[in-house]
Amino acid sequence: MDRRSKLIEILRRVAQKDVDPTDDESLFDSGTLDSFALPDLVSALEQEFDIAIPDSDMNPRKFETVARISEYLDSRL
Amino acid sequence: MSFIREYGSWLPERVVTSEEAGAWVGADAEWVRTVSGIEERRFAKDEESVSDMAARAGEDCLQRAGLPASSLGLVIVASSTGDKSFPGPAAETALKLGIPGRPALDITMASAGSLFGLGLAKRLTNPMGPILVIGAEKMSTVVMREPRERGVAPLFGDGAGAVLVMPDAGKLELLDVELASDGTYAADLCLAPIKPLAMNGRSVIMQASRKIPAAIRAVLHRHDIAPLEVNTFLMHQANQNLIVKVAGALKVPAERFYSNIARYGNTSSASMLIAATEWSQQTPPLKKGAPVVFAAFGAGFHWGSVLARAV
Repeated sequence: MDRRSKLIEILRRVAQKDVDPTDDESLFDSGTLDSFALPDLVSALEQEFDIAIPDSDMNPRKFETVARISEYLDSRL
Repeated sequence: MSFIREYGSWLPERVVTSEEAGAWVGADAEWVRTVSGIEERRFAKDEESVSDMAARAGEDCLQRAGLPASSLGLVIVASSTGDKSFPGPAAETALKLGIPGRPALDITMASAGSLFGLGLAKRLTNPMGPILVIGAEKMSTVVMREPRERGVAPLFGDGAGAVLVMPDAGKLELLDVELASDGTYAADLCLAPIKPLAMNGRSVIMQASRKIPAAIRAVLHRHDIAPLEVNTFLMHQANQNLIVKVAGALKVPAERFYSNIARYGNTSSASMLIAATEWSQQTPPLKKGAPVVFAAFGAGFHWGSVLARAV
């Protein structure tokens, strides 16, 4: 499974919705993620990609779109 | 050594329902309940000041303890909603308690203020004697500022809570304190003079959901206590969803976290001590040694935890 497909799968699991966001769509504005789902998304990314995301990287903007999440993962993997 | 001898609280009479508070921002009560767990909150009267509320909570605490105010070595008042930029309400609170001349310390850090006050009192009670820590907030003066925002205005309420810390004996022995601050996030939750409260809710929740469990784990780890061994968690009542999130992170049932946010909303620095007061009044004496954890997170960001055990 490619990374984008894996990300969408994670988002669907965290959001508990059958979402299919475009790369640049705001996951907040679209209602895919609310404030309380964000920490769950970060935990899921840590688990799925075997990385530790420090508190200093816990900036909502880094996780606002599929593209930004992917960019962040590029910087960590 | 240091101990919690007693708690106390005071809440205004006026109940503001989530129907009323939601209507300010075009939301219904169900939305307010879903995003926060809040059913209602209390608002003080115009003529009731923060120092009035703080003194009433302090008097309630001292009365329950059977201790005169004259025995206090220090009064600490945590509040960020006093009616003046300075002085804070601590000196007036001490005056209203009938002890002018006694040292009184203001802590203006909003939600984590009473936790920091409790941490300071643990360290200071041996040299200074009994210390009354009070958290008192009149958040209604903040949430009524225009423009009222949907994600802010319905969340807050007024109230005051108190805790009496003693050097010799009490219900709980204070064992350890973990406090932290990080100004990186100062703009994410702040209140400038006259302006409405500014809150980046996503940042607050992201950081709080990590930092609170980490602070709790830190004090527990130092004493080789597992989260599941803790009898009760007394956490700042910011949002029921956050309480559930923190419980999940620690892998303990959410019921282990005392919660009264449904009835009072977020009373900032007052909330943890109001919750502790109600919990104390509703709970039979704990088994000796049972761990209790206090925790808070708020503007600054400031956060931390205090570990205690039943005596």
